[in-house]
Amino acid sequence: MKNTNSLLNDAWAALSKNKAALISAATMVLMVLMVLIGPFFSPYAIDETDWYKIAAPPTLFDGHIFGTDDLGRDLFVRTMYGGRISLMVGLVATMVSVMIGVTYGAVAGFMGGRVDALMMRFVDVLYAMPFLFFVILLMVFFGRSIFLIFVAIGAVNWLDIARIVRGQTLNIKGKEFVDAARSGGVSTIKIIMKHIVPNLLGVVVVYVALTVPQVILVESFLSFLGLGVQEPMTSWGALVNQGARQMESSPWMLIFPAVFLATTLFCFNFIGDGLRDALDPKDRTRGND
Amino acid sequence: MSNFRFVIGRFLGAIPTLLILICLAFLLVKSAPGGPFDFERSLPEEVEANLRAAYNLDDPVYLQLFKYIGDLLQGDFGPSFQYRDYTVTELIATGFPVSLRLGTAAIFLALIFGSIIGSVAALNQNSKLDYSVMFFGMIGISIPNFVMAPLLVLFFSIGLKALPAGGYNGGDFYHMVLPVVSLALPQMAYIARLTRGSMIEVLSSNFVRTAKAQGLPTRSILLKHVLKPTLLPVVSYLGPATAAIITGSVVVEQIFGLPGLGRYFVQGALNRDYTLVMGVVVFYGCLIILFNLIVDTLYGFIDPRIKQNR
Amino acid sequence: MKKRTVIIMTSFLLFGCGPKVSNETPTTESLMIGGPSGNELAQEQVFRKNNGSDPGTLDPHRAEGVPASNVLRDLYEGLVSEAANGDYIPGVAESWSISEDGKTYRFKIREEAIWSNGDRVVAEDFVFSLRRSVDPKTLSNYSSMLYPIKNARDVVLGKLPTDMLSVSAENEKTLVIELEEPTPYFISLLTHSTTYPVHPPSVKEYGTSFTRPENMISNGAFTLKDWRIQDYILLERNEKYWDNPSTTLSQVYYYPLDNPDASLRRYRANELDFTDTTPSEQLPWIKKNLKDELKITPYFGSYYYGFNNSKPPFKDNPELRMALSLAVNRTIITDIVLGAGQIPAFTFVPPVKQYQGKQPEWAKLTQEEREGLARELYTKAGYSDANPLSIEIIYNTSENHKRVALAVTSMWKKVLGVETKLRNQEWKVFLETRRLQEETEVFRGGWIGDYDDPYTFSELLHSENEMNHSGYASEEYDALLRSASLRPAGKERTNDLLQAEQVMLNDMPVIPLYFYVSQHLIKPWVFGLEGNVMDHHYSKYVKILKTETLISE
Repeated sequence: MKNTNSLLNDAWAALSKNKAALISAATMVLMVLMVLIGPFFSPYAIDETDWYKIAAPPTLFDGHIFGTDDLGRDLFVRTMYGGRISLMVGLVATMVSVMIGVTYGAVAGFMGGRVDALMMRFVDVLYAMPFLFFVILLMVFFGRSIFLIFVAIGAVNWLDIARIVRGQTLNIKGKEFVDAARSGGVSTIKIIMKHIVPNLLGVVVVYVALTVPQVILVESFLSFLGLGVQEPMTSWGALVNQGARQMESSPWMLIFPAVFLATTLFCFNFIGDGLRDALDPKDRTRGND
Repeated sequence: MSNFRFVIGRFLGAIPTLLILICLAFLLVKSAPGGPFDFERSLPEEVEANLRAAYNLDDPVYLQLFKYIGDLLQGDFGPSFQYRDYTVTELIATGFPVSLRLGTAAIFLALIFGSIIGSVAALNQNSKLDYSVMFFGMIGISIPNFVMAPLLVLFFSIGLKALPAGGYNGGDFYHMVLPVVSLALPQMAYIARLTRGSMIEVLSSNFVRTAKAQGLPTRSILLKHVLKPTLLPVVSYLGPATAAIITGSVVVEQIFGLPGLGRYFVQGALNRDYTLVMGVVVFYGCLIILFNLIVDTLYGFIDPRIKQNR
Repeated sequence: MKKRTVIIMTSFLLFGCGPKVSNETPTTESLMIGGPSGNELAQEQVFRKNNGSDPGTLDPHRAEGVPASNVLRDLYEGLVSEAANGDYIPGVAESWSISEDGKTYRFKIREEAIWSNGDRVVAEDFVFSLRRSVDPKTLSNYSSMLYPIKNARDVVLGKLPTDMLSVSAENEKTLVIELEEPTPYFISLLTHSTTYPVHPPSVKEYGTSFTRPENMISNGAFTLKDWRIQDYILLERNEKYWDNPSTTLSQVYYYPLDNPDASLRRYRANELDFTDTTPSEQLPWIKKNLKDELKITPYFGSYYYGFNNSKPPFKDNPELRMALSLAVNRTIITDIVLGAGQIPAFTFVPPVKQYQGKQPEWAKLTQEEREGLARELYTKAGYSDANPLSIEIIYNTSENHKRVALAVTSMWKKVLGVETKLRNQEWKVFLETRRLQEETEVFRGGWIGDYDDPYTFSELLHSENEMNHSGYASEEYDALLRSASLRPAGKERTNDLLQAEQVMLNDMPVIPLYFYVSQHLIKPWVFGLEGNVMDHHYSKYVKILKTETLISE
């Protein structure tokens, strides 16, 4: 079994050959910089209304480089802030599901036997729940704090990673060095932390890269129903929703946030694919499972 | 008869799942603020008392739960709080066929076109065709359907005046085209990518290369050796694809004004129609369990390794 | 079926360059409505309306909300009806007389009135129906509307049996109703669905299922042919209606589309003839491209922000309340934020009939002067830039409410430096929050008059009214309202109400923002509808004109 270091070297070697993934990664770095620093270059605040410049097209003259929305608020600043929120929701919710899922899956896989069977049975049960419906119920009934969005999405998403992690754990558990550690008297927790978790890094990283875009889309779906982030905060999903309503009269309201949203989704998908190819090139035909 | 036992086993295992689902939904709905009888014009006390009694809202929660489950077993989902003269059973019975029509058409479209497109791309790897297919795939995944749907309407209904902008009209072809396409596109794109990736791998696998080297005709290679393994991941994606279609239908039904369950659910949640909301959740839960059962069985047939383990 | 026409296509890019303009009026064709004479009727007399949402029920005694009333108005006819312009005209009652003291009404039921199954409509039907409407077992939400009828209140509260309601049938053709007090707006109440007659044998036979299409017997211009939930309601012409010869339409469709953008798209695709409202962000576009089809009429409704006067910071703090009210630039809200022609409101009761609210002094200042005054009062109340006021506005989820709230927030910030948080809840939760008065500080309020008399608004701020969510309790105000309700219609009564409003405005328990307008898009081939202040439209007045497309080279 390769140790973590050489695994990373292999991954890097494979990844750097994947042009799409590299370009995507660079783009994302640029994107993050933009949303963090961008607003400082604009004289406008996120909630500054200008009644006399409602739905103005983009122009270089007065600093509204992306134009304004239907309340006269600068679209560039809102797109940047929206990006912060969307990326944050994507990352935090994914992290919540990773934390829950990895712990659950690792424990189940490591324990094996009946505990494992029971735990995975429970996962099967949860899998049958029409989850997004529950998210909707939660949001409708308990209000729309951004905190609740993280929790709702994250708590609902952890099943996939739990299953993946459990499978991976079972795999690793069967290797000799783990048996050696066990018979050497190393405590269970130590084994899990020192040997298993680092080897899970691969699957987790791939999962994160592929889940973040999904979560961002879920948030935009919630915005469509009016349940996403609330004013004056905004997200790309909320901006795209508003823009879609006015795409004929003020297309810039849709185009700019949509381009940012789509680019981010593209990039994460390419990065995820690249990572998966790099870290898990032959997972399907590996055979022992 | 290992198959039979397998199916029965899964079936029985589904029952506790269903019970948990029902209890969860019930408790969630009961703990929500805002009741179904909050109206702009405040109700006189007497009337409100009568309303609550009529809907058993004054009984302790666990009693209400038992009664609900009891009724469920007889196929009675209870009266709708929102549509005061209709039962939830009736509503589900009218709403479900609409969503079913929409959903199955979308799944078929996504599956068939998605796998065809993906296969074509895989067979012509790295060609212009491949790249354009993959680009289309990316677009499909990145544009939310609440953007895609209005765009399609603007173009086809208002611009070309070729298709209706909304309405169900009994589900005739013209009224279903745009909703089905909007719903299917993201899944089609995903399945195309999946198929392409899967087929590329299979094509470069050892036994296919061996078969080629042995001089077997391409067609028979494709049909006998490539098709099944390629479709494996697609089949296992069917579950999540269906879930995605169910949630996507909420948006599509809203935009096109289709009287399906997704729309009922959202309206029900907003109007605190407890019984309708629970009914839809339980109903979809059953459906998903059933569907997973079917997929598992299918998977068992396609991948002989799994069958052997039972 | 509209003819397919050839139109210039505009290209829509997904991502890309530059604004696109969609041209609604094609340059190579025009529409001729009504033929050469302008009066020719279309062959198919079908009217397709968007109704905004599905009614919860089509039982006139249990229905609530504008969408339900719209459909019921076509299905049933009460004692009194309305002309297209809103004037009251005889309905099932061909005439009526009012006693000297204003408390006894006698209605003469017309001979020709019959139910859709041929049964005659008789006075006893109204007795049955009104008793049913106030019966607490019927579970009606609107039974409190009938309180003006003697004993109604006690019946609703369960203190008296229903047959003690002071409604009786002297004979088949004469109905007598006794009121508690002279109620000048009683005739107006009789156009409300709570007072509609229902067919007694149907109710006795089917119970609450009498509202199903297969069971419903109604007495209006149309009958219920089909109701597909969340799809459409289909009404068909009632050949037995006593005034059927005047009806032109053969079918009416009501669609429950609650998404105004989707509904606009369907309208543009000619799938709808009438929309219930228009999305306000799209109004500039609509005004440019659909100018002649946009119908805006003053609507008897008042939009306001209520203060929670029962706890700080607004309790016993008239200066602060006044400051916040003065700092709002109502003209910007009505002209720019909403833009449909709403009317800035400095008083609470919208103008109706003889009632014209007296403008307070501060209404006559310029906005700058108002803002200056606002700052003075704000400081006097103890706030400043160093010690700003921090409050929360709660409103129910809707694009329009959000825009108004954002506008007001920005105004309060600019003028006074107030820090405002916004919280939106959806409708049912909002109603409860508002009613409980525990968490609210500033809340959005809107009221559409139930009947065309100022009292429907004045009574909202009566200290004992359950719908008084502001907690306003003024003895002087209550006394003036009481005095008004004891008088018959006339100058004295109007003066009492005007005075009450002055008292209230000096206390500023709520911030009046604007008076509503109704905004409908109506296709040019729909003839017969007129704007009226209650926004009541009867399909029996509607004709669909013939439409031909002329392609000119």
